[in-house]
Amino acid sequence: MKDFGFTIQHNNSIDYDINDKRMMHYVAFHEPSINWCIGCGSCTATCSTGHFTFFNIRQVHTLLRRGETGRLKQEIKKCMFCGKCQLACPRGVNLRNVLLTINRAIEQIG
Amino acid sequence: MINFNLFVLPFTIGLLYLFIVIGKSWYHWIAALPAIDKLKLTNGLKHPGQVLGALKEIFLESLVHRKMWKQNPLLGYMHMSFALGWFLLIVLGNIESRFYSGTHLNAPYYPIFLKFFIHDRLVLFFEVYSVPGLFRFIMDFLLLFILSGLVLAVIKRKRSKWFGMKRTTTHQFIDRVALTALWMIFPMRLLAESFTAGYYGAGGGFMTQPLGDFLTFITPLPSDFIAYTMWWGYSLVLGLFFITLPYSRYMHIPTELLLIFFRHCGIQPKKWYSSYSETEVESCSRCGVCIDVCPLLSAGIYDSQAVYFIRGVRDRYVPEEITRKCLVCGRCQDVCPVGISTDSLRLIKRRELNSGQIADYGFLSNGHVRQAEVVYFSGCMSHLTPTIIRAMRGIMTQANINFVHLDELQSVCCGRPLMIAGKDKQAHELIEFNKTLIKQTHANLLITSCPICYRVFREEYNLPIRIQHHSQFILNLVKTGKIPLQANFRKVAYHDPCDLGRGTKTYEAPRELLQKISDLVQVRDEANKAHCCGGSLGLFEASSQQKDLITRAALEALMENQPETIATACPLCKKTFSTHSPVMVMDIAELVFAAIPKNKLTGNEINF
Repeated sequence: MKDFGFTIQHNNSIDYDINDKRMMHYVAFHEPSINWCIGCGSCTATCSTGHFTFFNIRQVHTLLRRGETGRLKQEIKKCMFCGKCQLACPRGVNLRNVLLTINRAIEQIG
Repeated sequence: MINFNLFVLPFTIGLLYLFIVIGKSWYHWIAALPAIDKLKLTNGLKHPGQVLGALKEIFLESLVHRKMWKQNPLLGYMHMSFALGWFLLIVLGNIESRFYSGTHLNAPYYPIFLKFFIHDRLVLFFEVYSVPGLFRFIMDFLLLFILSGLVLAVIKRKRSKWFGMKRTTTHQFIDRVALTALWMIFPMRLLAESFTAGYYGAGGGFMTQPLGDFLTFITPLPSDFIAYTMWWGYSLVLGLFFITLPYSRYMHIPTELLLIFFRHCGIQPKKWYSSYSETEVESCSRCGVCIDVCPLLSAGIYDSQAVYFIRGVRDRYVPEEITRKCLVCGRCQDVCPVGISTDSLRLIKRRELNSGQIADYGFLSNGHVRQAEVVYFSGCMSHLTPTIIRAMRGIMTQANINFVHLDELQSVCCGRPLMIAGKDKQAHELIEFNKTLIKQTHANLLITSCPICYRVFREEYNLPIRIQHHSQFILNLVKTGKIPLQANFRKVAYHDPCDLGRGTKTYEAPRELLQKISDLVQVRDEANKAHCCGGSLGLFEASSQQKDLITRAALEALMENQPETIATACPLCKKTFSTHSPVMVMDIAELVFAAIPKNKLTGNEINF
């Protein structure tokens, strides 16, 4: 078949009715301040890791909410835990604990 | 005469049980030490100096309770009366009993219940030359000494503020049983001895004899019967105390002795839960001195203080939340009368929680680093307070220092934030990366603006070069005249960052530097007593509102003498304070840079 340089895309749609919310619930239960996030991206802008590689805390949050645990697990490994994000957050989200709780959620829920 | 009666049995059985349990625990702890520590222990015990040092500390701390005296004289007296009083009662009681029995080996109960067996009105042969009835006098005096402490202990339950303690520990059931037994021991002894002395009309001292005579006079029951009941009671409470001791907070009495020997032999806390840690945990007397100093109190957190955490460790159940609910500021460690390394215990437990987590720092790649004499590591937090970096670079340029700014554009974390979260393995990946970079610079001096980094550089990096916090470095520059300073007389209050002060014991350098450029005012809780700013990376389980309350409390102490500026030596403290402080919060480096006369500036500094 001739290669026209484009393909039919995979279905990327997220179905919020059936996605896996366990991890999000776990994190929101143990660190409720995650719900205060307004998605401003200050955390991502200041991130130490973000200066070296593509690492986006806001994206981590989105992955968590969508239940995309596979990518979440890969992303979260990059965090250096320095805590700058927490200081930059205008909403006072306890971000280091959010990240730590995600790690625990991965351990306990998988 | 047969010196035995059935009532001595509860005491004897209790004592025997206690010795077996203590012996077993000591054997277990010593046997579980790593080989190197065992060697240290045997070597230490061969050195009379170290043994004497340990014995001196046992006398001063375990008996006299020197640190408790420093805390509060009333508290010190209370503890001393129990510890030293009881100790002397046992020692002198033993000596006294030997004169009566004429043998060197008495049954263990004999000295304790001596007055039951002996009703002597005679004066011992050597007492003729001193005070008649010297022993009877001393024994009564010591009993009175302990009873005075007991009265204080009872008052302390209700009025702990008189003893300098706002809050006291909330105790468990077994602790309450042991406490009640302990409190009963001495009144029972008083009553038993008094009734006996009253019945026989002899054998008592200046307190027990008159009291006994009086009690015998007023009680309708036969006093020999009451006396015998009291002896039974005395023996029973002693037995109960001994049997509950290993499971209550009073286990600290025998364990602390071992801990002091461990420490004097140079045994250090480990990174994992070792038998040293277990000795520390069992040495905690749950006195509650750590409660009042905990900054979390101002945030309304009352359940995670060192005393409760350590009790949880001892009971082999600590809720994860409690382990993470701590600033790791080290204030409790500083005041602990037993000298327990509370922070390192907390980190050990955090490590256990996070053992399974992995990280992937493959994205870090070794870039090219310029060689220089001095390597400057500003730290992640300083990137949030760029004025500190600008001041530091300005100062170093002014002093003509050949330096390289290691994390100018991209900062790799020093690793301590990971360690404080209990992720040591991950931290060591970053440490190795930073070490390679630092070595590439061939510098002979590493300066950092962040006390968090400073501490981890000193404790974990094992670098072959000198490491200084910028306050020490700038002080050196000022002393050698490399930067000219013009003092202004602003009133400045200095806040000791936890990791710089209690963490690395750097109290003097920042103060000396500040005194050169400003008017340093007193702060309520200074140096080792300094508050935590509330921004500590150690605290996980607290909301930002709670952290704000901690910050407010710290600011209150700092603002007491109305300073015009708050000086600190930590970017994290600066960042935390500046959102709440009514006055300017400046880092030492900024203050120094501002104090360089403008006409002396070379002009290169403004590039930053």
